[in-house]
Amino acid sequence: MKPFSYERVSSPAEAAAAAARARGAKFIAGGTNLLDLMKLEIETPHHLVDVTGTGLDTITETDEGGLRIGALVSNTALASDERVKRDYAVLSRAIVAGASGQLRNKATTGGNLLQRTRCPYFYDTNQACNKRKPGSGCAAKEGVSRQLGIVGVSDACIATYPGDMAVALRVLDAVVETVKADGTTRAIPLGEFHRLWGDTPHIETVLEPDEMITAVTLPKPLGGTHIYHKVRDRRSYAFALVSVAAVLDAEGKGRVAIGGIAPRPWRVESADAALPDVKAAARALTQEASPTDQNAFKIALVERTLAGVMAKARGEAA
Amino acid sequence: MKYTTPAGETVIDRQRVVGQPTTRVDGPLKVTGHAPYAYERHDVAANQAYGYIVPSAIAKGRVRSMDLAEAKAQPGVITILTTTEVDELPLGMGHTVPLFGGSQIRFYHQALALVVAETFEQARAAAKLVRVDYERTPGNHDFHALAPDAPLVEGSDGPDVSKVGDFEAAYASAPVTIDVTYETPHESHAMMEPHASIAAWEGEKLSLWTSNQMIAWSKQAVAKMLDLDPANVRLDSPFLGGGFGAKLFVRVDAVAAALAAKKAGRPVKVMLDRPLVFNNTTHRSATIQRLRFGAERDGRLTAISHECTSGNLAGQEGENGIAQTRLLYAGANRYTAQRIARLDLPEANAMRAPGETAGLMALEGAMDELAEKLGMDPVELRIVNDTQVDPETPNRPYSSRMMVECLRRGAEAFGWDKRNTTPGGWREGRWLIGHGMAVGFRNSVQMKSAARVRLSGNGKLTVETDMTDIGTGSYTILAQTAAEMLGLPLEDITVTLGDSDMPASCGSGGQWGAQNSTSGVYAACVKLREDIAERFAMDPNAAEFADGEIRAGGESRKLTEATASGEIVAEDSVEYDDLSQKYQQSTFAGHFVEIAVDAYTGETYVRRMLAACAAGRILNPISARSQVIGAMTMGVGGALTEELAVDTRFGFFVNHDLAGYEVPVHADIPHQEVIFLDELDAIASPMKAKGVGELGLCGVGAAVANALYNATGVRVREYPLTLDKYLDKLPAV
Ligand SMILES: Cc1cc2nc3c(=O)[nH]c(=O)nc-3n(C[C@H](O)[C@H](O)[C@H](O)COP(=O)(O)OP(=O)(O)OC[C@H]3O[C@@H](n4cnc5c(N)ncnc54)[C@H](O)[C@@H]3O)c2cc1C
Ligand code: SF4
Repeated sequence: MKPFSYERVSSPAEAAAAAARARGAKFIAGGTNLLDLMKLEIETPHHLVDVTGTGLDTITETDEGGLRIGALVSNTALASDERVKRDYAVLSRAIVAGASGQLRNKATTGGNLLQRTRCPYFYDTNQACNKRKPGSGCAAKEGVSRQLGIVGVSDACIATYPGDMAVALRVLDAVVETVKADGTTRAIPLGEFHRLWGDTPHIETVLEPDEMITAVTLPKPLGGTHIYHKVRDRRSYAFALVSVAAVLDAEGKGRVAIGGIAPRPWRVESADAALPDVKAAARALTQEASPTDQNAFKIALVERTLAGVMAKARGEAA
Repeated sequence: MKYTTPAGETVIDRQRVVGQPTTRVDGPLKVTGHAPYAYERHDVAANQAYGYIVPSAIAKGRVRSMDLAEAKAQPGVITILTTTEVDELPLGMGHTVPLFGGSQIRFYHQALALVVAETFEQARAAAKLVRVDYERTPGNHDFHALAPDAPLVEGSDGPDVSKVGDFEAAYASAPVTIDVTYETPHESHAMMEPHASIAAWEGEKLSLWTSNQMIAWSKQAVAKMLDLDPANVRLDSPFLGGGFGAKLFVRVDAVAAALAAKKAGRPVKVMLDRPLVFNNTTHRSATIQRLRFGAERDGRLTAISHECTSGNLAGQEGENGIAQTRLLYAGANRYTAQRIARLDLPEANAMRAPGETAGLMALEGAMDELAEKLGMDPVELRIVNDTQVDPETPNRPYSSRMMVECLRRGAEAFGWDKRNTTPGGWREGRWLIGHGMAVGFRNSVQMKSAARVRLSGNGKLTVETDMTDIGTGSYTILAQTAAEMLGLPLEDITVTLGDSDMPASCGSGGQWGAQNSTSGVYAACVKLREDIAERFAMDPNAAEFADGEIRAGGESRKLTEATASGEIVAEDSVEYDDLSQKYQQSTFAGHFVEIAVDAYTGETYVRRMLAACAAGRILNPISARSQVIGAMTMGVGGALTEELAVDTRFGFFVNHDLAGYEVPVHADIPHQEVIFLDELDAIASPMKAKGVGELGLCGVGAAVANALYNATGVRVREYPLTLDKYLDKLPAV
């Protein structure tokens, strides 16, 4: 770990200002991702701005009938909120499908959105990785890639956005609210928040360096059946091979987003439109797939997981 | 005690303490955090500095030069030990390549330097600044590419091939045959506690507080590697956070700490980073195994062939997948052979039940395939092929063999008669349900083991032996043994383990620990009883020890009377002669598994599992059960998820952390039932006990794979059984 300086701030504006002031600064919330990466010297901030004292740890109702989730609300608090469990169950289910109880107690809404990929070569600093070290190459593409992405990936990087919570947020049309050092605020639809890798896989979101996430808002409840199905090799404590977040009506119409296959939660308009035709929806979701030999199975897995989700929505016995 | 003839009735047969369900005597220390593990022994030596390993970034080649300038200039750095400043260390024990020294690189994450600093963080930060100039050499990293041309393993008496009868002719004329090939992956021990050591010198004397399964071996190995008089080496390892074979032999943490402590002039502690556990230490080699069976229509095997190829660095065997096939089933015509591919990957070595774990994953899968071809109950197929003698050497009987009983009891308790008999035919909602079984087989090994017992003035007894407790329960069963022998309550027994200054035990490995270490304590206690009896002129053979007293001929004396003039010390060992040549000594299990497969996604979960085990006297049903359920859990991991993924271009295991190397989590492990059959094996040990720590793993993988087939109708012969291997063969959705 490289030496760094550290400060605590008490408001979002101060946080953004502090980040703008210091060279190579980063926000730290729960620290469950950032600290691991710092120990490995994959992240090497010179300065940490601790945002846990910014008071953004409440969930409030919006004028539009939705919810505003403070950026510092813990994953545990969010998943167990009665309103979330009732009206946005897909979000609760996605969160508890991730990490472990201890981690979810520490992990925050903002930090979760910004968790970095789990590509094994990204974690091994001896290996070429364009995301970790721009221009060094991508060791994964012709290496061990079973877990990695099949759509939206590029020649430079085939990693995935690994998280679960954001897949549910995507299907719910959530919006990310931010503040910058100069006090300006933005509202970024979740679908535009994570970037596709292109030639610059080290730039993962549209956030600017001193821009802080203050909240995530949910539009008013959609109704329908909320399902999150995460497919993985073991039953807990593993990242998704493929996950499906779905909000469906009794006929199987609605919306779906897919996790574990792309640089961001993968949602395709024409797939939503095709529902309840699972085959057509799956085709729309994976038609531009460029898998490796090791992860080509994810194409079939998307379709089959979607079919299972559809069966569940229609009330087939679990 | 020379154990040459099977014991008749002994004190142990009373089973007042031995054999009783007894919670761990070291449990309170562990749950309160007071059991010190190697890296936490802050009190054993003052002024400890922290060492951090600089691992090689390449798998094969040479260090051209190292630039230490920047690292040395970092705050807190005391010294840097580099590989090029010492000659290649001689091989210690069990090593295929040197642990440290010289400029040659033979595997990824080989230790190239140790940065020593005042704090762990300082050492780690400085280690990242050591610049190494490498000369890379291409290597052979691809097991599958090399396997077809792999040569036979060369044993001490020639190639490892065994032929009995005429396999080819019998196979050619058999009415029913199968010919199948199974594959198992490289696997990691992935124990909780990484390798760790603290080293301190006093003149020529080296002390190592470490985490090691085999103290006496390892003391010799350290002396050899560092060119020391063994009398000047002390190892101490009272508690281990698991080992599974990874700590049978000394690893680089110990020698680097020792060398650096000398250089720094103060104690140095080193723990391997988690990634180094995967690439710097040892693993179980992958295997490719071809099995051919010829059978009569009634299921009797007439021809058995098992060929296993595994891999390792030059100089040592890989995974001996054929060992159990030479012993398990009857059959007149047999062919077994072992091949080895020379790989430039980290060193393959023993991992829990080496040989049988991988071997049974193939053998017992093939048996399931044969049963299906014969239209026979897989349990009955095993039973008709039972043998009570070593099938390669029929004049060598088993000391005791209860395979059939294990299968019958297990089948009954599991409800095998109500199993799914139509592959793919049992569906509950979205779940396809399947049942599978396999035989578990693992040898019981006789090893010399010594102990000392001290009866002190207050009538309390101390047991001293360098035996280790790797989480297995050694402390408890040794205390039970001594309590039984001296008629003392368990609370009056103190057991001290893991110190090389104590009598050399068998150590922990190969499931030989329990029956031999308790037998060593038994032998020492027999001596102690004789000594006490003599003091009172009583006949030691007639004397009964109970309630802190010795009783004989109507007389009874307190043990504290005997120790009134000072403590009484007795030391002895158990040593064996030719009982293991005369008798085949093995343990058996019947494993039964029910799984559910998501018909949509292929996700596979074990729903329940049961093992019926015969392993001689069960010394403590609680710790024995813990061993078996832990092993069953490891078996589920091996079947469903565990695999070291090789980058065949660069020669290393890519998933070198516990996120990427997926061992089972609690949610993966369902209800587990363990049944121990009543068995006393007086040939195996004076305690009439055999090993049990590895038996629970042997066969589990195949039982799961057979259940997967039974659930889906898809036979997967390549472990682990991840869904990508059968997704496209599941029913359409
Ligand atoms: C072992 C393990 C298993 C896991 N398994 C899963 C899983 O199965 N599914 C899953 O979805 N996740 C999983 N995770 C990831 C976990 O969800 C994230 O680590 C966590 O959500 C990150 O939140 P945090 O508050 O700790 O972020 P931090 O580590 O504090 O920060 C992460 C990043 O976000 C930035 N940041 C934090 N807050 C803000 C803010 N308000 N504004 C701007 N930037 C900010 C930081 O600068 C940093 O770059 C796992 C993690 C671990 C360690
Ligand atoms: S896939 Fe992306 S993260 Fe992985 S090695 Fe390639 S560039 Fe790095």
